Amino acid sequence: MSSTLSALEGEQLPEPAEPDEGAAQKVAGKSPMRLAAERFRKDKLSMVSMVIVVIYLLMAILAPFMVKFGVIDPYTLNQDLLDANTLPKGDFGGISADHPLGIVPGTGWDLMSRLWYGITFSLAISLLATIVAMTLGVVLGIVAGFSRGWVDMLIGRAIDLTLSFPQTLMLLALSSLAVAFLTDYLHVPEGNIAQGLYVVLVLGLFGWPSIARIIRGQVLSIREREFVDAAQLLGASKLRIYFKELLPNLWAPVLVTFTLTMPAYISAEAALSYLGVSIKPPTPTLGNILRDSLLYAESDFVYFFAPAFLICIIVVSFNLLGDGLRDALDPKSSR
Amino acid sequence: MLGYVIRRCFIGLVMVIVMSLVTFLLFFASPVDPARYACGKSCDENTREMARKSLGYDQPVMVQWGQFMKGLVVGREYPVDPELRATMNEDQITECAAPCLGYSVYNNKTVNESISEAFPVSASLAVAAIIMWLLGGILLGVLAAVTRGSPLDRGIVALALVAYAFPSFFIGTFLIRYVSLKWGLFPFPEYTPIAEGGVGEWALNLFLPGLTLALLFMAGYIRMTRAFVLESMSEDYVRTARAKGLAGRRVLFKHSLRASLTPLVTMAGLDFAAVLGGAVITETVFNYNGLGKLAVTANATFDLPVLIGLVLLLGSIVIIANIIVDILYAFIDPRVRVG
Repeated sequence: MSSTLSALEGEQLPEPAEPDEGAAQKVAGKSPMRLAAERFRKDKLSMVSMVIVVIYLLMAILAPFMVKFGVIDPYTLNQDLLDANTLPKGDFGGISADHPLGIVPGTGWDLMSRLWYGITFSLAISLLATIVAMTLGVVLGIVAGFSRGWVDMLIGRAIDLTLSFPQTLMLLALSSLAVAFLTDYLHVPEGNIAQGLYVVLVLGLFGWPSIARIIRGQVLSIREREFVDAAQLLGASKLRIYFKELLPNLWAPVLVTFTLTMPAYISAEAALSYLGVSIKPPTPTLGNILRDSLLYAESDFVYFFAPAFLICIIVVSFNLLGDGLRDALDPKSSR
Repeated sequence: MLGYVIRRCFIGLVMVIVMSLVTFLLFFASPVDPARYACGKSCDENTREMARKSLGYDQPVMVQWGQFMKGLVVGREYPVDPELRATMNEDQITECAAPCLGYSVYNNKTVNESISEAFPVSASLAVAAIIMWLLGGILLGVLAAVTRGSPLDRGIVALALVAYAFPSFFIGTFLIRYVSLKWGLFPFPEYTPIAEGGVGEWALNLFLPGLTLALLFMAGYIRMTRAFVLESMSEDYVRTARAKGLAGRRVLFKHSLRASLTPLVTMAGLDFAAVLGGAVITETVFNYNGLGKLAVTANATFDLPVLIGLVLLLGSIVIIANIIVDILYAFIDPRVRVG
């Protein structure tokens, strides 16, 4: 009783923020970002997948330099290491100190070098395709979600239409036409550059609808917030609202979608390689190495399994990383 | 309700028309001359001109599209060019009855014939796959949900993800070369129609290719089933069922799972429509002469009529499947009709 009274009678009331700085920070100082990072760090599986993804990315970036400085050599034909049936001499596909994963039957390429360099091309293609799809999907998703009305309806119909096309068939059927279009009309150099560009463009063009749907949904939920109204009242242009007001608030779904689109496109590149529409040897991708290894499925199982395992590991890791990010960024999502 | 059905069907029809237009523009915007491929290897200017006229490639794209759409409704005759047709005998003219999807010089038959030969193979494969991925997905998904957090749960989810992450042409080749040929666990899969070998033979031969295709979808269905079942377990009606003393298994299958089945079956319907024409890789690996293989062959020989016919047919199937699902939903949930 007395203490309360004394407090009321003008003795110093403790200011809410000032007195003990450390304690106050512990209570109030966590941004949503830091909370998400903490949640993510606690998730061991996601951390492991992130480490694997980073290792792959580092390997992909390093590979061109390793080739340049002669550490790995994906193009030398070691014909002397092949026997009369063009199979590698020695066990397990000719594994030796010089060739840790053996050599490729038929050509005598060093398998490890090809796989390593193949990671670079596979990741580069899927990364570029993801960027194309994400750019289209995010822009159209924001426009559709913010505009509503006939713009929204038009984009919605375009989404439905694109999703109705039989995808694998279109990717296959358009290949010779589109590659001819690229080389003849746009003067893209023939061969692997045109093939690679085709894969990037066509994956992007058929991949944006699902991304646009996700982004549109997110925009619908933030478009009624005060900062959007404020920007509109201040006379901000539509472009400014799209990219300066809405986009920064969408980074979480964009990041998650990006991480989940990458593995889909790594698989897609492999599938297209199998159908012969992606980059072709001698330039290695994980997909075309695996495709060429099918002939030796029994006779050289290291050659057959190694590229498949590399694809599997990166696809699984990216998927787990994406799931982990989603759980960390959106605590309400339940798996 | 009737209004909704009509509106939905109308939108679907418009989408099919727009899709056919887009397909035509895409396939004819390229610098490749389709007539060059249509007339084969020994081809001089004269025969190429013949081929161009007989397939209608001499006309502008929009006119060709118009002829194609007309052919869909009333059928058409090949050669397309009326003057050329007038110079020909009865037996040189090919009738293509409505709905005509085109004529392939390369196969020397209408696209409809090629497709109806390949369709049963693809349909069988799709049926085998959907049975496997639904059964496997739902059973394993329920198992994972029931044992939530245990090593079994994590193992099921992880295994499904790994199976999904391997490229399907790797899995298919592995199944053929190791499981079938090397270990002899299954006979070498060769498509046998039911009429020839009976249902048993048909199913046995479809097991490996069906599995290859099913593994692509299984992971998704396991995760969905698991999530749905876990979600419904905290619902009031499940708690009520438990509270009144129903056996755990009965609660699970009669109450929990049942509520989760609707969205799963919807998804399955749409995926089935997609798989019908999307099994390009599986059919190539197993050398099954289905629609996917037809597309691969047509692409290799640049058989444009077959490619266009396939794209339109399979696209329309997807659109129709979507309409059916929407209408069924509207039937179940009246709120959909207004929106």
